[in-house]
Amino acid sequence: MIGFMYSLVAIGLTLIWGVMNIVNFAHGDFLMIGMFTSFWLFTVYGIDPLFSIPICFLLLFVMGVAIYRFIVSKVMKGPMLAQLVVTFGISIFLSNLAVYLWTPDFRLISTTFLQGTWDIGGISISIPKAIASIGSIITSICLFLFMKKTKTGKAILATEMNRESALLMGINTERINSLSFGIGAALVGVAGAFLSTYYYIYPQVGGLFGTIAFAVVALGGFGSIEGAFIAGILVGLAQTLGGFYFDPSYKYAIVFMIYLITIWIRPQGLLGW
Amino acid sequence: MKKFTIKQISVTGITLLLLLLFPLVITQTYLIHVMILVFMFGMLGVAWNIMGGYAGMFSFGQAAFFGIGAYTSSFLLVTFQINPWIGLIAGGLVAALMAAAIGYPCSNLRGHYFAIATIAFGEIVRIHFNNWKLVNAAEGITIPMMDESLANFMFHSSKLPYYYIMLAFLLLALVICYFVANSKMGYYFRAIKESHDVAEVLGVNVVRYRLIAIMVSAFLSAMAGTFYAQYILYIDPESVMLLAISVQIVLISMLGGAGTIMGPVIGAAILLPISELTRIWLGHKGTGVDMLIYGFLITLISVYQPQGIWGLFANIGKKKNG
Repeated sequence: MIGFMYSLVAIGLTLIWGVMNIVNFAHGDFLMIGMFTSFWLFTVYGIDPLFSIPICFLLLFVMGVAIYRFIVSKVMKGPMLAQLVVTFGISIFLSNLAVYLWTPDFRLISTTFLQGTWDIGGISISIPKAIASIGSIITSICLFLFMKKTKTGKAILATEMNRESALLMGINTERINSLSFGIGAALVGVAGAFLSTYYYIYPQVGGLFGTIAFAVVALGGFGSIEGAFIAGILVGLAQTLGGFYFDPSYKYAIVFMIYLITIWIRPQGLLGW
Repeated sequence: MKKFTIKQISVTGITLLLLLLFPLVITQTYLIHVMILVFMFGMLGVAWNIMGGYAGMFSFGQAAFFGIGAYTSSFLLVTFQINPWIGLIAGGLVAALMAAAIGYPCSNLRGHYFAIATIAFGEIVRIHFNNWKLVNAAEGITIPMMDESLANFMFHSSKLPYYYIMLAFLLLALVICYFVANSKMGYYFRAIKESHDVAEVLGVNVVRYRLIAIMVSAFLSAMAGTFYAQYILYIDPESVMLLAISVQIVLISMLGGAGTIMGPVIGAAILLPISELTRIWLGHKGTGVDMLIYGFLITLISVYQPQGIWGLFANIGKKKNG
């Protein structure tokens, strides 16, 4: 179940990575912002997390574009080390901003109308998790259609394949960059809203999801949306099964092991080119 | 090997003399503690620099080597009563072996891919040590009290010996880095950094030299790890193997200037006092403001001064001369 969430988080990451060749270490913290947004909308205005999804999408989109415009675009031409470190800075900044504003407490949205479990043939599935998984699939399909059917989506794909040629074909690659950073952030915002229905909400939640998202992206193939989707489900499965058959405390280590083995055997990932 | 100018020799000599006299003049224990941390992170930065700054392999997993060093010597000391100085060498060797084991399969990875592989490696090591009963898992290891002596690597009455030992370690790392940078190997490293493929075509054994860089770097980091264990007398995975430590090491090197010999030391001398001060002033409330400023600083540095402070000095120097 958690695999579908990984998919959605990783798709946003792979989009940013593929288009700009920037590794966004702050990706997990975008997720955290999404989760807190939905938490506060629920606590203060009583809006159910399901309805705050569009708000999370828009808010994170604006935030992503702003971060790209004011920070990331400035290091794009700089040395690679700066590109690697800058998003680390953003990550530390965001997670500690959350600590400052909302204290490091663990929070949980307790009473949504999505509660209880469904029984399907003797297997009980918690409703929030099921809805989140379905939502993640729908969002992924929407993004997929957007990339394949619309002009903007095709422009993003073209930039991903070859930046110079795309520029020569009259695509404004600078605009595409900020757009894909925005979309990447918005997707993870949606994931945050879904996740907030059943997962703990705390400032450091992003670190875990962020690092796992890297493993997912690598497994799926850098820049490949389909790959990230499938790999997310695989990693979720591996983590759950591994935790079940070996030792629960090692479940994240297993995820990282899978990552190392993948890049060793097949550096381009499952569906990479 | 190039000759030193008189100016260079005198500047080095005076700096060294000042550092040697510093703890005799300044007697506040806290300031000496900060200096020791500056030396330690300076050494970690120099170690990172050998593989990151010169050979272009950006490692975000240095804390794993640091931690392995700390754990090896402490484990040997607690379980087999082996002298920490032997533990120091053993820790270095274990870390270098681990580095080779992880470096070999990763020898074709470049740039971002290598960086993330090192993160994965660091996290695996941390999770493993957190669950490894043999080394007390998450409880950590407490170093037993021993008599105060240089042979035991333990001093209770004053921090001075630690200060001089760490200074000596740092100088050793700098000398090694200097020789690496100015030898044939240093040129190979830089060739690999500029272009993997071109270096290979020109006959540089890329895999071999990358491995050497990683192993030297791991050995030096592990030495700093043993020092940390003997200095603090308590280690656990969360204090010596956190990703945040790895990131801080990278940051120090970048701030000072990656690929320069003195860069990481300058970076440590600037960044550590800042982070200690903000922690004293703002950190005690647990509100995260100190880390908030830290994150902001990182972002600022990478946007406006990605070449590091050493680069800034070098530019000014060039302008003066030219």
